[in-house]
Amino acid sequence: MDQTLKISKIKDGTVIDHIPGGKSLKVLSILNITGHVNYTVSLGMFVQSKTLGFKDVVKIESRFLERDELDRIALVAPEASISKIRNYEIVEKFQVSLTDRVTDIIKCSNQNCISNTKEPIRPEFIVKTRKPLILTCIYCDREMFEGEILSNL
Amino acid sequence: MIKSRCIVSIDDVSDSEMNEIFDLTDRMNESLESGKSITTMKGKILATLFYEPSTRTRLSFESAMQRLGGSTLGFSDVKSSSVSKGETLADTVRMAESYSDIIVIRHPLEGSARLASRFTAKPVINAGDGSGQHPTQTLLDLYTMKKEFGKIDGLKIALIGDLKYGRTVHSLLLALSRFKVQVTLVSPPSLRIPQHIISKVKDIIKIEETDVISHVLPEADVFYATRIQKERFTDQNEYQSLIGSYSIDSELVSQMKETAIIMHPLPRVDEINPSVDALPQARYFKQAYYGVPLRMALITLLLGGEN
Repeated sequence: MDQTLKISKIKDGTVIDHIPGGKSLKVLSILNITGHVNYTVSLGMFVQSKTLGFKDVVKIESRFLERDELDRIALVAPEASISKIRNYEIVEKFQVSLTDRVTDIIKCSNQNCISNTKEPIRPEFIVKTRKPLILTCIYCDREMFEGEILSNL
Repeated sequence: MIKSRCIVSIDDVSDSEMNEIFDLTDRMNESLESGKSITTMKGKILATLFYEPSTRTRLSFESAMQRLGGSTLGFSDVKSSSVSKGETLADTVRMAESYSDIIVIRHPLEGSARLASRFTAKPVINAGDGSGQHPTQTLLDLYTMKKEFGKIDGLKIALIGDLKYGRTVHSLLLALSRFKVQVTLVSPPSLRIPQHIISKVKDIIKIEETDVISHVLPEADVFYATRIQKERFTDQNEYQSLIGSYSIDSELVSQMKETAIIMHPLPRVDEINPSVDALPQARYFKQAYYGVPLRMALITLLLGGEN
């Protein structure tokens, strides 16, 4: 039985599947989906999955997220797949992919970095490697590894 | 060609550009020694934005610009600048851009010089950003080694002292990874070089770590000592017990090779005993002297060459 059916199908919107178990709240945070929204968000956490063991699933009704917006979640869910739904049918499906630069999502873990001050700049990182995930701050050159990245989201 | 570029990290200087800088430093050095006057930077202004105290670096930049016939302006005390009124670095740099042709910045926060370079089209030189980079110190360190030994490849180099907070050794170690050298890191366990620096070079050059200076005495060609800062220790007894272990005196020098050299970015406190100053291995004052011709060369190249 398809465990994703625990959450009902949506008519229109975006489905984010194959999120590693327990990471869906981070995904919502990256997408800036807070408690103050005017559309329905369904979340399945630790759903059984053949490929991942356990996975999270997020369904966002009546909102179509842009590709570059969705690619940002690759930081925490590199295998996530996106389905755009119109009238209960999948009209577009793709996998997220991490861009070469990451802007605005996380802060530099170096507390003495100028990007953590009131200067008119946005935190920005170069993706040094994807596996393992290593980001380099473009300002202070500090390298951030996966654990630090997740705790600074 | 390095013209109009920003020098924030030593990585901003390619190998060929480094050679170009060193060749021009030789010529600047000859001009200084012969007393020949240079006026290539006449009418140009160098701004020094120093948010932290500095003696050698600021004075050598100002001396370099004035020896080239140019002039300088700036501040070395944030209390006397708009920073004390809460101005951002970005705004200060925009202002400095309109008043000068080239900007030198020292700031307590890492990444500050990179930020400055994003808010001006004028060349920015990083004169030290927190515990980050200090590329002109690195260039003059490398220049000193090249000048003394003819080449850097093949040298055995010991970096000694506070390797955790000392930005000069961070920049220097990254730069040394471009050469075929052996590096030994000599420091107390509590002041070892940060892992994020080691991880960048450990697969490129041979590095050993030790907390005992005697291990490197008969082997090394270069002893690069750094200051162990008293304020880094909460336990002053620990500081006192450590400082002696990493201090170079004439007894230690007698165990070094005759051809070895001792370098230090200065200021020194207790790391090198004054009795060493007169010994042939001492090069730290010569090293500091090279700061002027090297910065003359760098300013000249960044502002468009000798003509």
